[in-house]
Amino acid sequence: MSETQAAPAKAATIEEKQYLLRFNADTQSHLHVMDPQVCLTSCPDKICTIFCPAEVYKWEDIRMHVGYEGCHECGSCRIGCPHQNIKWVYPKGGHGIVFRLG
Amino acid sequence: MPEKFDAIVVGAGPAGTACAYELAKAGVKVLLLERGEYPGSKNVMGGVLYRQMMEDIIPDFHKEAPIERPIVEQRFMMMDKTSAVTFSYKGMEWAQEPYNNFTVLRAKFDQWFAQKAVELGTLLICETVALECIVQNGKVVGVSTDRPDGDLYADVVVLADGVNSLLAKSLGFHKEFRPDEVALATMEILKLDKKIIEDRFNLEEGQGCTIELFGDATKGILGTGFLYTNKDTLSLGVGTLLSGLIKHKIKPYELLEYVKNHPMIRPYVQGAEPQEYLAHLIPEGGYRSMPKVAGDGVLVVGDAAQLVNAIHREGSNLAMTSGRLAAETIIAARERGDYSEQALDAYRQKLMDSFVGQDMKKYKDATHHFDKFPQYFEQYIPMMNRAASKMLTVDGTPKREKQKQIWREIGPAKEKFKIARDVYRAWKVMK
Repeated sequence: MSETQAAPAKAATIEEKQYLLRFNADTQSHLHVMDPQVCLTSCPDKICTIFCPAEVYKWEDIRMHVGYEGCHECGSCRIGCPHQNIKWVYPKGGHGIVFRLG
Repeated sequence: MPEKFDAIVVGAGPAGTACAYELAKAGVKVLLLERGEYPGSKNVMGGVLYRQMMEDIIPDFHKEAPIERPIVEQRFMMMDKTSAVTFSYKGMEWAQEPYNNFTVLRAKFDQWFAQKAVELGTLLICETVALECIVQNGKVVGVSTDRPDGDLYADVVVLADGVNSLLAKSLGFHKEFRPDEVALATMEILKLDKKIIEDRFNLEEGQGCTIELFGDATKGILGTGFLYTNKDTLSLGVGTLLSGLIKHKIKPYELLEYVKNHPMIRPYVQGAEPQEYLAHLIPEGGYRSMPKVAGDGVLVVGDAAQLVNAIHREGSNLAMTSGRLAAETIIAARERGDYSEQALDAYRQKLMDSFVGQDMKKYKDATHHFDKFPQYFEQYIPMMNRAASKMLTVDGTPKREKQKQIWREIGPAKEKFKIARDVYRAWKVMK
């Protein structure tokens, strides 16, 4: 096996990628699941847990956990929720993600 | 009585800052609002900034702006799982004045650009979210913000609040976007020694290269990947329509990781140290998704107006031009004291007459076409790779026989007709 193949990629998991970032999290969430019942009964795919680039949404048995502190504020969940069940606003001024480079 | 401005610009990205800069230069009392800690702290871009449209605003900017590398080569990789057919253009005219484009890191560049607007008299206020437009008698007269006593008033408000465009939506200028009108892009900034970058990308000192990735980089879903050279970092990213991620149930960061480990990409990025991971939406609905861009006392610019040419990965240049044209319109409106929709509609006309409107119209069906007919990315790119492999592998088979094999592999006459039709269709939406 060549050396190229042996070297593991760094920051391979989403947890490791999120560690690269600076957040100035507010004490209150800027993301709200409007009707939790919709996630439980009408949304078998829970697709937000797949396409969210920061894994903000995690399904925990009977409820959606929203880890707003790691949000990139991209807006995908608001647009991509098949039930338009996510109330999405910007975090309070100066809060949320702080990109240093890109 | 709260302070009143001539103009309020919401959002200190390339569109908003360009607008504020031009307004301040003309002596207009302008307030630039930014929700981030500093301009650029919420902004993401693959990294290519085009010189011309920036120089239309600040001539010779590259001599002092924080740019990374002037691009001398643009490669296009048509990828299959373990192979790629690559096209490239490299030209030394791009290695010297006036240059074609540069890579930039947005958090650095946007701060510099906003500072230039401030030097001309723009009042920049960060850490402030514009919550709603204040509308009186059908006319936008200001914005409410999340600061205490946060209502701000102006003769005209410029919405440069980015791809999510919440303010234009609340004015009824557009509906909520659909998942097939936006692309979700994720990107990593990877630290690598300058000299190693230059060796790996075959560059002279200080020069840069961009590589656009098609096909397997997005596992055949409509979208592209990219690998750009910065001074001592690489920007590696991948973007696909949000609808594609939903349909194929793909996690965007896993797709990014797939590209990073792809045998065509890994040798470029090997050993590089991840510095930052970023996600952002790109407006890709094109001309048909453009909102109303001018109303009573209000204009919409940049990503908020969906001004992106996805085919040519252009966006910040469209944004800057729209900001500049909005400023021109406001300056003329100010002279007449008329900020009505009728007066401000001159902005829409200027925009549509410029390269921005022309290009938006030219490609109005392109994204939709490639989304509707996935075979270009799913089938034709792998087919191109198989044909190249067969033709270039020397194994004693006569070349005429190889040609016949390639031809047979495409399939029966019906398939060949289908390809010919698709080539024609692609030409039609791109011409």
